[in-house]
Amino acid sequence: MGIKKTMIYSYYPGCTLKNKAKDLDKYARLSCEKLGITLEEIPEWQCCGAVYPMNEDEIAPRLPAIRALVSARDAGRPLVTLCSACHHVIKLVNEDMKNNAYIRERVNSYLGLEVPYNGETEVIHYLELLRDKVGFDTLKANVVNPLKGRKVAPYYGCMLLRPSKEMNFDNPENPKIMEDLVKALGADPVVYSMRNECCGGYTVLDDRGYAAKRADAVRESAADKGADSLITACPLCMYNLVHGGDKAKLPTYYITELIAEALGVSEAK
Amino acid sequence: MHSSNKTELKKLVLRISGAHPEKCMKCGKCSAACPAFDEMEIHPHKFAQMVLDERVEELATSKGIYKCMSCFACLERCPRDVKPAKIAEAARAVYLRQQGASYMKQDEIPSKLDDEIPGQALMSAMRKYNK
Repeated sequence: MGIKKTMIYSYYPGCTLKNKAKDLDKYARLSCEKLGITLEEIPEWQCCGAVYPMNEDEIAPRLPAIRALVSARDAGRPLVTLCSACHHVIKLVNEDMKNNAYIRERVNSYLGLEVPYNGETEVIHYLELLRDKVGFDTLKANVVNPLKGRKVAPYYGCMLLRPSKEMNFDNPENPKIMEDLVKALGADPVVYSMRNECCGGYTVLDDRGYAAKRADAVRESAADKGADSLITACPLCMYNLVHGGDKAKLPTYYITELIAEALGVSEAK
Repeated sequence: MHSSNKTELKKLVLRISGAHPEKCMKCGKCSAACPAFDEMEIHPHKFAQMVLDERVEELATSKGIYKCMSCFACLERCPRDVKPAKIAEAARAVYLRQQGASYMKQDEIPSKLDDEIPGQALMSAMRKYNK
């Protein structure tokens, strides 16, 4: 089963997927191999910086993302991201390189590339790879262990969806890509009001009480709608949803853990 | 902060933020959308007018501005493309870029860590609280 074993995509894992979020990375690669796709890690990538540099006069913080984008362009491939923060930074910086002449000129002047970069690379999140390149129908056809009866609440958070004009990912107020994923895996998606509101993870170093309050609100909202678990693509959301707050905890998984389980490529449980 | 030239600070925010404070019609949708509203003493629907009124320093040194998590809810839901999130970021930046200014010093960070905290949180803090 599966589609032709010919597809190779450039892949940017990012720092946290090499450390605290190894499962997010490992199961992404295993699942892709099952689907006939190889995620080829780009060479010598640098940390994306985790926060998109909004101020338009900040050139240096954009460079790691641009080096990754150039690497994928030179390989002639789309660039696949997985961590929500890496995706946010790389996608938005790429939009800057397309649309902001001030940034584009300064970056190209500094980097001195043989071929200047103008935002040519297609940046796609892992979920978009499954939806738009593989297709959820094909994913479903490859499921050997359907997650029947599971009530899974997708947690989008902020970075995958917003700003929607640039992220161009899904409807920012009523997204469905993760719900469609959950259905393809054989489980029942749970829709709840806090799914696209910020979990407060950014403030864990500054104000744990506030981050905890936000995490409690997300879990409570999902539990009220009958969820038995949460899924996320973001390591910081994962940390805050697992460790923040004291209200009843919901098991929380990376999106790729569920995909790998359904495709039968994770270790036996 | 070098508050001697309030006009210059306003110009700096207008130049680097990419925001459009002059388009704000004060509908309050940003404040309604903001998850940090209860933690702020200056709420998002006031950001635009404060820049126009040359009150950048007051905004930049308010405690609540650091409760903004750049979740982009205000920016997404603004009907006038004002971009309050970008005003907040530029205000923080003009303050943090000064010599010796930082919201969280590097020395403070080790005591805030635990074994599970992801690197993403550290990078975010370095970006958000220092320039």
